[in-house]
Amino acid sequence: MIRSVPRSRWFDRLYLLYLVAFFLYLALPLLVTAVFAFNDAPFPSLPWKGFTLDWYLADGSAGRTGLFHDDGLLSALWVSVQVAFWVTLVSVSLGCLNAVLFERLEFRGKELLYLVMLLPLVIPGVILGVSILVFYSGMANTVSMRWQLELDLFRPGLPLVVMGQVAFITTLSTLVIAARLRKFDRQLEEAALNLGATPVVAWFTVTLPWLRPAIAGAAAMAFLMSFENFNTTVMLTGSDTPLTVALFNRLREGSTPVLNAVALLLMVGSAALAVLATGRSSKTA
Amino acid sequence: MRASANRLALWLLMAPFLLWILLLVLLPHLDMLRVSFQVRESWDSLAWGLTQYQNFFEESYYWRTFVRTGVMSLFTTALTLLIAFPIAWYIARLASGRAKGLLFLACLVPFWASELVRTYGWMILLRESGLFSTTLQALGLVDGPVEMLYNDVAVIIGLVYNGLLFMLVPLVTTLDGLDENLVEAGYDLGGGHWTVLREVVIPWAMPGIVSGCIVVFMLTLGSYLTPILMGGKDSAWFTEQIFTQFITRFNWEQGAALGVLLLLLSSLIVWAGLRVTGQSLRKVMG
Repeated sequence: MIRSVPRSRWFDRLYLLYLVAFFLYLALPLLVTAVFAFNDAPFPSLPWKGFTLDWYLADGSAGRTGLFHDDGLLSALWVSVQVAFWVTLVSVSLGCLNAVLFERLEFRGKELLYLVMLLPLVIPGVILGVSILVFYSGMANTVSMRWQLELDLFRPGLPLVVMGQVAFITTLSTLVIAARLRKFDRQLEEAALNLGATPVVAWFTVTLPWLRPAIAGAAAMAFLMSFENFNTTVMLTGSDTPLTVALFNRLREGSTPVLNAVALLLMVGSAALAVLATGRSSKTA
Repeated sequence: MRASANRLALWLLMAPFLLWILLLVLLPHLDMLRVSFQVRESWDSLAWGLTQYQNFFEESYYWRTFVRTGVMSLFTTALTLLIAFPIAWYIARLASGRAKGLLFLACLVPFWASELVRTYGWMILLRESGLFSTTLQALGLVDGPVEMLYNDVAVIIGLVYNGLLFMLVPLVTTLDGLDENLVEAGYDLGGGHWTVLREVVIPWAMPGIVSGCIVVFMLTLGSYLTPILMGGKDSAWFTEQIFTQFITRFNWEQGAALGVLLLLLSSLIVWAGLRVTGQSLRKVMG
């Protein structure tokens, strides 16, 4: 069924219908979520009662608290930003080093280590979270029992959340950066070396600029994945809950249009980040 | 001089990799395995034993949920593949130029929203006071509100939705590289649509199919939000039981055993999938 092979009209129509149905399926949940963020009613459901910005702006005086006055959600948002910042920083740095390790150096056991590097992709997120909880919190318990030392760093909390997310996001950023490094023409680097640059100078002036779009892409991806992660995070979070966990807790109490407001804000935010990252990388590529 | 400089570079790059993979991946998982074989005798003493695994096989609630989660994940993966394949084919082979890019982008957009947001959207659509129910009533097709949420069909709709992108991207990538001459040759040699699909297209797309299936299966098996929020009272998911053991009951030993079992199941099915289709993890993932 390619363009050069004739098709029946019936088949074409059915195919088109299927495509339309598919994209409707794809768009519907998001459209509905977005639209009900502006409905002037206490529940996100029909009938439509008119347009309002209350779910963003209301300050609680009229019985409604909008997102921008909801301290619980705002502090959760800030927690998520901090976690995502550290996860991005650590996993992209590790990704660069890993990419060079696997693309440029030869050593014994490379194939095996590469497979080990891919492992976090085939481990469910919940299990990653659980294993880190068992290992580090268990260690903190033992240390506290034997030596009366409190290792608060290893108790459920933000450091553990960052560690859990770095565990699998590093694999993804390694793959993104390694794919770009593989396409690099090594003669450019050799030219720099012939012209008298030291290996370090050649790396920073020739190779790193070439990698920059991949690094930007990996950073955007790491930030989004960290920001949106739930499965690993929920096992490791302490008293400061990141946004996804806070939203989940709210949702279990019942849904209000404030949740739609947050959801829409998240969609717009991540779309902007994604467009920024892809736009930049396609310009420099 | 040069050899020792190379050795130094190797170790400088190897050290962060080893720290990451050992401290965040391998050691925690080995520790989880160790804890799963420990039996609590009193509040401060532990012994080696198989009690947790015995519990799993004796309590039908555990293993029934385990089997259910596995079967539903396999079903979701197959359904996702069936739904995504014609779309991927259209994007890769039939759409041209701008339409191709735009359609692909349209598939990406929903996945910039988090799983929680996507699930929430489906809840608004499907529940009793939701959009579908209200619309059906307004059209006069039903008399009262219809509850479409909190059942297995709803869970599968949500899970397929979550998996689609991870199926579409590898499929589009492999189908994009298919040489149309091969397809034409298939028709010229007298093959019908089905023969060409079975003998030419599917073997070519196999790496993409396997990689998409592995990722979707892993995501589905390990998903937590969608089954919890969209499933009913009887639709338990295995991750939920792990969560309950750790967070609600503080029974880490039992939780660790359940975690090990889930990891075993997923590794086993991924391994079997690779074996049956003759692919390797490096080829489909790296």
